[in-house]
Amino acid sequence: MSLLLDVRGLSTHYVSARGTRVTRAVDQVSFALEEGETLGIVGESGSGKTTLALSLLRLLPPAARIVAGEVRFEGDDLLRKPAAEMRRIRGKRIAMILQDPMASLNPLFTIGDQVAEPIRIHEGAGRRGAWVRARELLRAVRISAPELRVREYPHQMSGGMRQRIVGAIAISCEPRLLIADEPTTSLDVTIQAQYLNLLRDLQRAHHLAMIFITHNLGIVAKMCDRVAVMYAGRMVEGGPIRKIFNAPAHPYTKALLESIPRLGDGRARLTAIDGQPPDPANPPAGCAFHPRCPRVMDHCRKEAPPELVVGESQTARCWLAADRR
Amino acid sequence: MTVPILEARNLTKHFPVKRGLLGRGSDVVRAVDDVSFAIEPGRTLGVVGESGCGKTTTAKLVLHLEAPTSGAIRFEGRDLQTFDGGALREYRRSVQAVFQDPYASLNPRMRVGSIIAEPLVTNESLPAGAARKRVAHLLEVVGLPERSADLFPHEFSGGQRQRIAIARALALSPKLVVLDEPVSALDVSIRAQILNLLRDLQSRLGLSYLFIAHDLAAVAHMSHTIAVMYLGKIVEIGNAETVAATPRHPYTQALFSAALPSHPDEKRDEVVVTGEVPSPLAPPAGCRFHPRCPHAMARCSAEEPALLPEAGRLVACHLYTGVRVSVGAAAR
Repeated sequence: MSLLLDVRGLSTHYVSARGTRVTRAVDQVSFALEEGETLGIVGESGSGKTTLALSLLRLLPPAARIVAGEVRFEGDDLLRKPAAEMRRIRGKRIAMILQDPMASLNPLFTIGDQVAEPIRIHEGAGRRGAWVRARELLRAVRISAPELRVREYPHQMSGGMRQRIVGAIAISCEPRLLIADEPTTSLDVTIQAQYLNLLRDLQRAHHLAMIFITHNLGIVAKMCDRVAVMYAGRMVEGGPIRKIFNAPAHPYTKALLESIPRLGDGRARLTAIDGQPPDPANPPAGCAFHPRCPRVMDHCRKEAPPELVVGESQTARCWLAADRR
Repeated sequence: MTVPILEARNLTKHFPVKRGLLGRGSDVVRAVDDVSFAIEPGRTLGVVGESGCGKTTTAKLVLHLEAPTSGAIRFEGRDLQTFDGGALREYRRSVQAVFQDPYASLNPRMRVGSIIAEPLVTNESLPAGAARKRVAHLLEVVGLPERSADLFPHEFSGGQRQRIAIARALALSPKLVVLDEPVSALDVSIRAQILNLLRDLQSRLGLSYLFIAHDLAAVAHMSHTIAVMYLGKIVEIGNAETVAATPRHPYTQALFSAALPSHPDEKRDEVVVTGEVPSPLAPPAGCRFHPRCPHAMARCSAEEPALLPEAGRLVACHLYTGVRVSVGAAAR
């Protein structure tokens, strides 16, 4: 296996119009992804997981600035690429699937046009050739009767079909990395299972690396090899999923795993996490989780813990992990 | 046996759909079709199913926001249709609701104190002092500080807003609370807080719940009885642990097998259902699940299965009716 993506010390801040207020949406995040591997980025709203994904593709809104770090993809730092070269990477080398398929598809163009568009732009294929490929891609994402569907419009499809079409567009140029931002949140349970199985089949067929951005630990358990847990802009824990699920090193990860109802366990009460997730514009001093942490110490209130290695390829930002070493 | 708080008998709701030019000719959406269930005092009925299965319409019927096309709702043994104005007012006080989105269900221009007191003001002419006292008590019950009464909804997080919505629902001391996806819009770390609060309130106040959600694990955790709906029909209903541990209807099996694992090593039997939920405008003949069912037989497309007892719960499936064949043989 070889390293596909290596993110080091990435920090993205939102700066207010006058430059007086700075929100550290992504703060000193580092992780790596091998070819064909799946990484789950989990976090609650405001934890910075979507900003992190948009930073990788440099698709940030104007108020956001990448202030530090590097994003090495296939060896090159994406943050140093000229804009024109970035455009050739997006959709071709790195593709993205967003939560709401209706927002990703243009209601005025046929499905065939939209699936064929990246093939025509990135590979310079003619219209006829691109449409042939589009039909194959629709078949690959299990759309029935693709020769009829290419002439139809997004509103004629169900939610699950639309999301599969977005998937077809994403894999149309054989990317190396697919970033999926909450891809199944708008889908029903059985349709979600179908879609996740489809993504896994596509991943195996094309040896794709994937990044799953989600708030759902179940998706991580089902789909991912590694996981990065985000809290208030920082990656508080990262590592292989079995290690994280069996022996979480950060109290937040531990609490999150315990707070979720499971099928077949007869617990009368769930272990709840007290308090609220912090306001990203105004996080607590020290470790951002300290006001909610059951094992808070004096040190946690004053100084934010650095990223500590707690085991083989497992890291945690927690002072407890410093003792554990 | 105790009299159920609420009982639905053959409850049916059809919505007419205008078709064609000038709206002539009409079809009906069978949103809820011949559904029966009972909610016992102090217990929770969980309703699960995918979009379009009729769970929200069921909630609306129970809240008396929609009138049933046929069938009846009985509240404490009395038929709702026989209720006069006074009795209906009493019913509406006794049955309250908490909805999914606490950003949409609270008026942003009202202070939290007035939001919680509003049902008191409109239903009981309480003096201001007494109302304030009730509000303070309700805030305490849902775990919010007393000073919250003077603030506006935007000053609260999602979880706190849902607490406010619960306090408002409790203001009139209801007997039944309809919870329509009460935690779906909340952050993961907050959901357990609200689920625990709802369970505590149930044991403290003896409330009954109609709990509607698509998160199967949350429904199984909260409910005493689970009803699984598909295209307006209940396909399986029974004790929550029984249904969750050994689902019998192929749709319930598919639903629980499609639920996400809680651990990477958790392996489930994959019950593959192909296709998507058909339109409720033209539900399939016979068993409505038969086009997607891995066990479908000739009989399933012709004859609608009745909800019959099977292994300690009710199941509507031909696999368990008539000639007894083992499930394995029928699958082949």
